[in-house]
Amino acid sequence: MTEPSAADMGRAIADLFAAMGITHVISVPDSTIGPWHAALDAHPSLRLVRVCREGEAWAVAGGLHLGGARPLVLIQCTGLFESGDSLRNIVHDWKLPIFSVIGYRSYLNQSTLPGDTCLVFTEPVLSAWQIDWKLVTDTADYGEIRTHYERCRAAGIAGGIVVAEGRA
Amino acid sequence: MSARMPLRETLEVLRAERRSGDVVITSMGSAREWMAIGPLDPLDFVFVPSSMGEAVPLGLGMALAQPTRRVIACSGDGSLLMNLGSLVTIASEAPENLVVLIFANGVYEVTGAQPIPGRDVDFATMARASGIGSVFRFSDIAAWTVGARTALGERGPLCIVLDVAPVPDAVGPRSPGPTLARAAAFAAALQQR
Ligand SMILES: Cc1ncc(C[n+]2csc(CCOP(=O)(O)OP(=O)(O)O)c2C)c(N)n1
Repeated sequence: MTEPSAADMGRAIADLFAAMGITHVISVPDSTIGPWHAALDAHPSLRLVRVCREGEAWAVAGGLHLGGARPLVLIQCTGLFESGDSLRNIVHDWKLPIFSVIGYRSYLNQSTLPGDTCLVFTEPVLSAWQIDWKLVTDTADYGEIRTHYERCRAAGIAGGIVVAEGRA
Repeated sequence: MSARMPLRETLEVLRAERRSGDVVITSMGSAREWMAIGPLDPLDFVFVPSSMGEAVPLGLGMALAQPTRRVIACSGDGSLLMNLGSLVTIASEAPENLVVLIFANGVYEVTGAQPIPGRDVDFATMARASGIGSVFRFSDIAAWTVGARTALGERGPLCIVLDVAPVPDAVGPRSPGPTLARAAAFAAALQQR
C-alpha cells in the first residue's frame, strides 16, 4: 500500500483533531509532523499555536485548558526531552490532563541517524513522566489517536500517542 | 542600572488598577508579595508551584482561551531569560488581551538573590525586537503610579518592564493550597462573566 502524501496526511490529521473536539494545536515541527502544519493552520475549527520551544507548549496548553479550550500538544520526542520540567508542572503539579501526539524519531528508519538515541530514551522517558501512552506505527491506525484521546479524557488523565517516524 | 521600585508597592499599584474580570498570574517573588498584600481574588492564579519561565506561556494560553478578558502575567527577569522565545511566540499570536509584566530585579531573588547572567539586560528592547508593539518601562514608583492605568490600557500584546529592587533576605512563595482545588476553582471563575 502506498503512503498518503504529506498534504493528504495533514488534512486527515486536521479533520481528525477537529472531530475530536480539539480547539488548539500547540506545536514545534519535525520532518513528519511539520508537513501537517499547513493543514492544521488552514482548518476552520483549529488554531495552530507555533511555539519556540516545547516547554512553552505544555504551559500554553495548560492555560488553554484552564480557560475552557481543548488543546493538544504536537511535538517530536526530542521536544519531550527538552520540556520535562514544564510537563511535570502542568500535568503533575497542576494535574491538568493535557493530551499529546509525539513523533518518535528514527523508529521506522535509522538511515539518516544510525544509532539515534531517541530509540533508547523515548519510551522510558514517557513512562517516567507517567504519561498514559500508546505507540502507533502505521498511518492506517491513526484512528487510534481519537480512541485513546477519548479514553484519557473520560478518565481525566494526561495521555499521549507516539507516532512512529521514518527518516529524520 | 537606573532607579528601582519597591516590589510590594509596585504590585500595590497593579492591585489598584486591576479591573474586575482581569486575570492576574503571579510567580516567584511577585507571587509571594501578591499574597502578602491582601486576600486573593478568584481570578488570581498564583502560579506556585511553577516551572521556571512558564508564567508567560500560561498567560498566553489563558488569553487565547478567554479573548474578552484581560490576562496579566507576571514574570521574574530570571524566569523570562529561561524562556525568551516566549516573547516571540506572543508577538506571533498577538493576543490583544495579554499583558506581560517583567519584574526586573537583576537577581534570582527567591533562591538567595544570585545575580542573573548579563548586566543591565534591556528587556524592553528585547520585547520590541521580538515584535511586541506596545512596550513600557518604569523605574520610578511615582511614574508607575500615575502611568499604570494608561500603560495597562494599551492594546496587547503588551509588555511592561518594571525595574524593582531585590527584597533583602526574601524566600520563595509558599503554595496557598492544593493545586487540584485551586485549578478547579480558577477554571470555574473564568467561566463566569
Ligand atoms: C529549570 C529550573 N532551574 C532552576 C530552578 C531554581 N529556581 C527557582 S526560582 C529561581 C529564580 C527565579 O528568578 P526570577 O524569575 O528572576 O524571580 P525572582 O526570584 O527574582 O522573583 C531559580 C533559579 C528552577 N525552579 N527551575
